[in-house]
This record gives sequence, structure tokens and C-alpha cells, in this order.
Amino acid sequence: MTVREMPVHEAAMKAMMKESLFILDVRNSSDFEDWKIEGKGIQHLNIPYFDLIDGVEDILNLLPKDQEVLVVCAKEGSSVMVAEMLAEEGRNVAYLKGGMKAWSEHLVPLKIGNLADGGELYQFVRVGKGCLSYMVVSNGEAALFDATRMTEIYLEFAQSLGAQIKHVFDTHLHADHISGGRMIAKQTGALYWLPSKDAGEVVFKYEALEDGIEVVIGSSTIRIEALYSPGHTIGSTSFVIDDQYLLTGDSLFIDSIGRPDLAGLAEDWVGDLRETLYSRYTRLADDLIVLPAHFMIMDELNADGTVARRLGELYRDNHGLNIANEAEFRAMVTKNLPPQPNSYQEIRQTNMGTLTPDAERQREMEIGPNRCAVR
Amino acid sequence: MTYVESNVKLDAKGLACPMPIVRTKKAIKDLEAGQVLEIEATDRGSKADMKAWAESTGHHYLGTIEEGEVLKHYLRKSSGQEMAEKTYPVVASNEQLEEKLEDRSPIIIVDVREAAEYAFKHIPNALSIPLGELDKRLNELNKEDEIYVICRTGTRSDMAAHKLASNGYKSVVNVLPGMSGWNGQTEGLND
Repeated sequence: MTVREMPVHEAAMKAMMKESLFILDVRNSSDFEDWKIEGKGIQHLNIPYFDLIDGVEDILNLLPKDQEVLVVCAKEGSSVMVAEMLAEEGRNVAYLKGGMKAWSEHLVPLKIGNLADGGELYQFVRVGKGCLSYMVVSNGEAALFDATRMTEIYLEFAQSLGAQIKHVFDTHLHADHISGGRMIAKQTGALYWLPSKDAGEVVFKYEALEDGIEVVIGSSTIRIEALYSPGHTIGSTSFVIDDQYLLTGDSLFIDSIGRPDLAGLAEDWVGDLRETLYSRYTRLADDLIVLPAHFMIMDELNADGTVARRLGELYRDNHGLNIANEAEFRAMVTKNLPPQPNSYQEIRQTNMGTLTPDAERQREMEIGPNRCAVR
Repeated sequence: MTYVESNVKLDAKGLACPMPIVRTKKAIKDLEAGQVLEIEATDRGSKADMKAWAESTGHHYLGTIEEGEVLKHYLRKSSGQEMAEKTYPVVASNEQLEEKLEDRSPIIIVDVREAAEYAFKHIPNALSIPLGELDKRLNELNKEDEIYVICRTGTRSDMAAHKLASNGYKSVVNVLPGMSGWNGQTEGLND
């Protein structure tokens, strides 16, 4: 048998579309426990590559015979080694091209819906890390929201639609991933908007994003309205797009809510978070479609891979929106929080411009799950 | 630059995973039990893997020093003697030694592990005399002193305690289990 190279896009589609896939993950157990490829139809076996250097005979009966086995490691090298050994034993085997590094960086663009006068809204699903970013396109102009550092993908996508990026927004100063917003603005001449309350230590020029600011995209009007919604960070801002969509950033997710501790001020911000979720958002129309900046688990994906749900449904189903007792809410978002994202302090400093790591280091800082929510 | 003593050095710089571990596995075969291997690597992922691999094979991961792009990993080859019988009769538990230190008793701690093990983590003020050097460094110790001998699991310190006692050192105590279970104060490169 020969070894097949599986492009990361194929693995991403299998994960998002809940297809069946058997993964032999050969990273060390702690890396595997921390973060892995997940999906409804995915089965895992974790055996570190260093236990397989002398041969794979011992694990052959742990692998399915009638199904392709995808071998995954951190970068690729070890998975190629193990895949070749399995192929020599006659197994049907592939390795993940670029490994978990490529998995972490892969974006899948999906169309969310149409906007007024031929406009369109796209969601970019970073399936390996649970990050979501957005592009609004209308009459040759585009606006970006919460862009990742994989800037090429957005630039090429906008170009393929014949649109020029005019505005780049970050809903807040991110702590789990490195923003590509500033870089894209620099390359395209677009304006880079950041909530001024999050930008206290920022060392570059930006447009101050304030409550109530409106931006128009394209010759016909697609209205983007900023809505101050603090809690996850003190500057966190949501956007209402075309009176149809609500971009909630890291304040509200499909099955969880934002955590207020990543800038170190859980106790101070918990009141703001409560106000945002239990008062500010409740004044909005129930049929707005919520588009968050993250998902935590694959169950939050719709059948078509998108992450989107009506605000009214979230008020019915999301546990974090249904805690009547304020003290109980306070305890939930300040006590027993999940571990903080890897390197989150360094990531914040990078997004402020006070730290300028090289590409390789940026990659390393982002390895792992995002952990921006509490359930 | 931090210098840590090793018996054998392996250059795995510029090699991508899985090669640093493949080479390490090969190199450690030629070491004698208890010897220390230094591996220089540039693959950042090698640190977590080195530690996990050592745990799965029973070798002892001492630590890693980062010098710019280069990671220097230190491993001590498993001696296979960790469970050996300890026969020296005068022993103290880790906790008893901790109490002695808290009481500021005038004792001497002799750490008989390899220099590299000592470099990464040791009890403050402990004197480093690797077991293999004890014979020629006996003159550094006073026969009247109260001497607590410690190693990782109590086996090497058992041998050292016998040796000291037979050379006329009057008050020698073997600490069990030793550094592997030490919860008291430490200093070294790992701190």
C-alpha cells in the first residue's frame, strides 16, 4: 500500500460535516489531551510516535482494517514515519499534510446569507481553534471582523469577489489568537478599528471604535452599527449588520458565554458582562441571527458547518443566559474557570503591538484550544 | 552560558521530529547506566517529547536549558537499580531532614547524584559529590560532622553511606526516598 497525503481542507470538511474518520494521533499524550481534531464521526487512538520507532506490530489490532487510518502529529514528520510503517503492513493509511500546525491555521469560508441590495455575509471557520471571523461584501467593498493572522486567505477571498477591503474591525483585544486586522489594514489601506477602552496600551494608530458608530459598505447601504457590550473585556463591542445579524464577539456564544478574566479583571467586569447579556442584548430583536467569534465544541456547528443561531433561541437554550440569581451568575463566571488559553498574555501583548514575535513563534503561541468561554 | 556536566553529547540541531528522539534512543543505548546524555536540538517540540519519552522508557529527564534557538536536554540513563535493597541501617525520612533544616541544626547534606541532576534541582546548601567521586573527595568532609546523604531514590546514597561509615565517619544518615519525593525548599536551574 502507498501512503496518501490528506490535505487539511479534506480533514476539516470531514470534521465539520460529521463524517466518519479514524485518527491515529502520534503526538505525546499531554499534547493530545490538551487539544485534538474533533468531530461527531471521529474516533481517536493516541500512541506517541516514540513508542512506535521499533515497529507498529503491537498496535495493528487496535486499528480498523476496513477503513482508512489518518495519522496525525505536530508538524508532519512523525506521522509520515508511522504511516509508512503501517503501509508496509498493508494498511490503508494517510497522514495529515502539515500536521496540527496546519490544522490550527486552516480557515473554511462559508456563506451565511444575503444582505440588502445584493450584499453578502461570509463566516470563516477556523475549525482547528474554534475561531470565527466575518466578511461583509457589497458592491465592490468589503468589511472584515475579527480576522486571524492568516491574512492571505481574506485578501484572496475579497479579490475573488472583486471587493476591496475598506474597514477592518476587532470586536475586542483578543487573548486567544493573534489578530490579522492591523496587518490587513496596512496592506489594503483599510481603516483598522479597535474599541478604545481595550486599546489603552496599544502602540500603533487605530480608529477608535465607540458605541453607536455607523459604517456603510458599498454604494447601496449596508449598515454596520457598533453596540458597546463590555464584560469579556472592558471595550468589547458587538455589531448589528443590516438589521439582520448580531456579531457578538466573545460576549455570547451558541452554547456558552464569554469569560471576564482574561485581562485579569474578572471581579470588576462581571457586572458589565451581566448587564450586556441580561439587559443590553435583551433590548434587541429576537430574530437577529447571532454570529459569535468562537465556538467551543463541534456540536455548536449547524448541519452546513456554519455557526449561527437566532438570538431568541439562545435566550431559550443557552444556560449562561438563564441564571436568574445574580450571585450565582457571578460565581459561575469567576470561579472554577477553565484553564486560560496558552500564551494568552503574550498574545495580548502581540495584539497591542508591544511584542513582535516572528511567524514561527506566533504559530507556537496559538497552538491549542481557545478556551474563551464558560458554560 | 550555563554549563551542565554530561558524559555524552548528541547533536540533533536542525533535525525535525521524529529525528531528535530517534537519535536519542540510539545514543542512550551506548551509555552506561546512570550516565548523563546531553542532546542539543532546535525543534521546539522536542522538549515535551523528550520528557514524555523518558517517562515512558524509565530514563530520567533532568531538564532543559534554552540558549537562543538551541534547546539542551539532559537525560540520565535508567540504572535499573531503583528498587535495589537498601542495607545501611541509619536512615531518615525526607520529612525528618526537612525538620532538621527548619531547626537550623548544624548538619551537612551530601548530594551524591550526578552533577547534572544536582544542577537542575537540589536542596539549598547541599554539597554536590557524585558517588563516583566520593573516594577522592573524602577529605572535603569532617569525620565528626552529622552527615545526611541524599540521592534520587536512596540507592546511591545507601552505597555512599556505607562507604563513609567504613571510612570512619561517625554520624552518617541515609535519606529516604530522597530527591524524587522531596517537597521542601530547592534551588537550581529548574527554579
